Amino acid sequence: MRYAMTVDTKKCVGCSDCVVACQTENKVPIGYCRDWIVEVTDGTYPQLEIEIRSERCNHCDNSPCVRCCPTGASHYADGGVVLVTPNKCIGCGACIASCPYDARYPHPDGYVDKCTFCLENRVKKGLDPACVSVCPTKCMYFGDLDDPNSPVSLVLKKRKWKTLIPEAGTMPHLYFLI
Amino acid sequence: MTSTRRQFIKISALGAGSIALSGSALKWTSASSILEKLNTGSVKPLRTPTYCEVCFWQCAGWVYKDEKGEIQKIIGNDDDPHCNGRFCPRGTGGVGQYTDTDRLKTPLIRTKIDGIETFREASWDEALDLIASRMKEIKSKYGSECVALFTHGSGGSHFGQMLKAFGSQSITAPSFAQCRGPREVAFLTTFGDIIYSPERTDIRDTRCLVLIGSHIGENMHNGQIQEMSDAIDKGATIITVDPRFSTAASKSKYWLPIKPSTDMALLLAWINVIIENNWYDKDYVERYTFGFDQLKEHVKPFTPEWSYGITTIDPNVIRRTAKEMHDASPAVIIHPGRHVTWYGDDTQRLRAVAILNALLGSWGRRGGFYNPAKAQVPDYPVPDFPVPEHLPMEAYKGKYKLANEVVSNGICDATIPTPDQNCNFKIWIVNGTNLMAALPDQQNTIKAIESLELLVVVDTMPVEITGYADVVLPECTYLERYDMIRKSPHREPNIAVRVPATEPKYNSKPASWIAKQLAEKLDLGAWFPWTNIEELLDWQLKEIGSSLEEMKRIGVKKFPRAYDDLYFTPGEDVSFNTNTGKIELYSTDMEAEGFNPLPVYTPHEEPPEGFYRLIYGRAPMHTFSRTANNPNLTDLMDENTLWVNPKVAKLWGLSSGQYVKLRNQDDKLSTFSIKVRVTERIRWDSVYMVHGFGHNNKNLSRAFGRGINDTELITRVKIDPVMGGTGMRGNFVTFVFENETIGKESES
Repeated sequence: MRYAMTVDTKKCVGCSDCVVACQTENKVPIGYCRDWIVEVTDGTYPQLEIEIRSERCNHCDNSPCVRCCPTGASHYADGGVVLVTPNKCIGCGACIASCPYDARYPHPDGYVDKCTFCLENRVKKGLDPACVSVCPTKCMYFGDLDDPNSPVSLVLKKRKWKTLIPEAGTMPHLYFLI
Repeated sequence: MTSTRRQFIKISALGAGSIALSGSALKWTSASSILEKLNTGSVKPLRTPTYCEVCFWQCAGWVYKDEKGEIQKIIGNDDDPHCNGRFCPRGTGGVGQYTDTDRLKTPLIRTKIDGIETFREASWDEALDLIASRMKEIKSKYGSECVALFTHGSGGSHFGQMLKAFGSQSITAPSFAQCRGPREVAFLTTFGDIIYSPERTDIRDTRCLVLIGSHIGENMHNGQIQEMSDAIDKGATIITVDPRFSTAASKSKYWLPIKPSTDMALLLAWINVIIENNWYDKDYVERYTFGFDQLKEHVKPFTPEWSYGITTIDPNVIRRTAKEMHDASPAVIIHPGRHVTWYGDDTQRLRAVAILNALLGSWGRRGGFYNPAKAQVPDYPVPDFPVPEHLPMEAYKGKYKLANEVVSNGICDATIPTPDQNCNFKIWIVNGTNLMAALPDQQNTIKAIESLELLVVVDTMPVEITGYADVVLPECTYLERYDMIRKSPHREPNIAVRVPATEPKYNSKPASWIAKQLAEKLDLGAWFPWTNIEELLDWQLKEIGSSLEEMKRIGVKKFPRAYDDLYFTPGEDVSFNTNTGKIELYSTDMEAEGFNPLPVYTPHEEPPEGFYRLIYGRAPMHTFSRTANNPNLTDLMDENTLWVNPKVAKLWGLSSGQYVKLRNQDDKLSTFSIKVRVTERIRWDSVYMVHGFGHNNKNLSRAFGRGINDTELITRVKIDPVMGGTGMRGNFVTFVFENETIGKESES
């Protein structure tokens, strides 16, 4: 089993619903976020293009954050999801510095926090992560890459895609349809 | 209550007021801890049905509480056709309306302490007694219709019932003359029916969607966004006309970066091309329309080459996009938009939009415009409402003759005394609309308010209009109350209920309770015969085979359509609700009222040297000015920015992140400053900002001084003579530099 997420940049409007849905689902304190919107504009008026992406932890196969964690708080959980165990975390911030995607933040309660793919609170109950299930454009897909019929597998077969900073060698599992 | 100059009171800014307020906050704390105790027993997360009030789309959803009994999240109801289980960011962040500690907390009455006007706290009884006695007094002196209600949202039906029982039909909402009015009148005169809300656009199945200044994706009209996304998936062609590279433009096959204010010249050229090339639906036009020959003759001179000189859009692109529409027809939508009060000839522009749709045969066809149906819910039996001596339209007699709703600015203007008016408005009740941000020309609004004998504001937040009030009534949020059954038209008739997820915070009350109490004090209890709103809702629901108990469990209920008439059947004989019974390409209504029966292009003013057209729009995480203080939503966007083209930025030495003030053509200087965003996404002759920021009430702790309020710069208003719409896009601004700005201070 290998969980992954894809974001269709052709449909995402950058509304930030994924951000606020994650905050309310996971009780992320106001002022912090586990996912965020990136908007890139290219060209000059009127020859323009915009790519809009909903970004978060890439749940990498080769995660620098897990490797550098001195206490084992950062770890691989079911389906390759990268998690942090709050009471093992000493808040040293090594993982924050190591992440090429800047996906982690120091939680005010003294540990490092990030996207969990809603593994325990939703995915294991058969639900999609909060961001995926709220998105009004339905631009996000979640599922098991090992299952050829999962929504992620199907859409990755059909469409052109990319990952972010593949040259970092982290083997990310957040895919962007382009 | 003074008829002399009314001072704007920043609620709780003055000593007495603020002391009194903190007292009431303490009282609330104890009430809430009782509530907590009550809820700790329940282990299971509770879910309560609601429909959202953060915008007018009214998506139905579920409010979930956590183990402590606190509202945690709001999730869309899967059965709701407005949202299909997916709330937008505002609805998801709606919990912030409830948790916002800046909320209005207790009734306030204007008073004078040491010569300074301020508010004092009052009990509900005292506040409502005062309002009732003033209403009775005004009724006996001037007539009941001199009390007007401005409303936007669910409170409207409760206060409306009270006001109609009182004998006034002066009930108005800025959603008509400041927003979608021109499109409704244009489609009514053309097709004999309006667009409704949610819009009857069949975007889900369209093959070509044409957006003219409508920035779906930034305006977060949930169902429209969802269906646009479906249409993208199905490979529909999107054509976006906008001087700004909007999000929708970035999703489009064609973006037409039109010169602002020239849309009519593009529409006429499209009509010309479609007729000249025989790209219209001949059978449909022959069968259903009236005035094709006149239209054909009328648009002959409006060639793409003629249009090019006005719109700056390449004639080949005009032809190519017209062909795309033809190829997709009848599954094509020239979208009527929503906020369309731009230049004062808006009804005519929307008539051109309606005509294009008619030529392509999209009205009544799959992928075009469907025929919406509404659930029939009977009203609770009450006595007939008294017939007022004067109807609200008499306030603007001889004007706006095709307006099919009450014109808010007409009521506002008629509040300012004139010798020829036999009954100026003396009392305004304002509910759920911040008129200082909703109505353009603020000085005119203030002048009207100064002429009033009583201004009552019912709101959840201390928005600017509350500062002008004599009595402020704190309404609780939608998460704390029942409201009337939602029964908006859609593909499938449906209803949704709103049930309180929790008790009202502070000393706030539901609109249904406030209106009933006030009615009883006015001896109008006969129009509110139910014990409480639950009894009323249960009665209504049982009449249609449901119950409040059932609706609490399911939230949304769908009903079968009475007729299989979502679309016209091929060759169907259809009679339209117009004078000719046909779709009127040539409008006999317009002609009869002395307006052009066929739309014409009128040039609009252009920015003077050194000035730029002020264009405003929406952000997906905010609604009007009502969410600017919501803690969850300000976390996503806490100020508006000024979009400036790099060429303009270079000329003025502007860079991104810098704060500037703006001055308009009438020398009006913005109160606050705004952060510059240098971007290629806006034309060099315009600047752009999101509406709803720049609040000047200090008690809105997150919103105060953040950005610029576009409304204060909209001092020049172009009134649409057809229906009274306030055209707001004819204002021009220039940059004013300052060393220190409030924006910068609050940033640090």
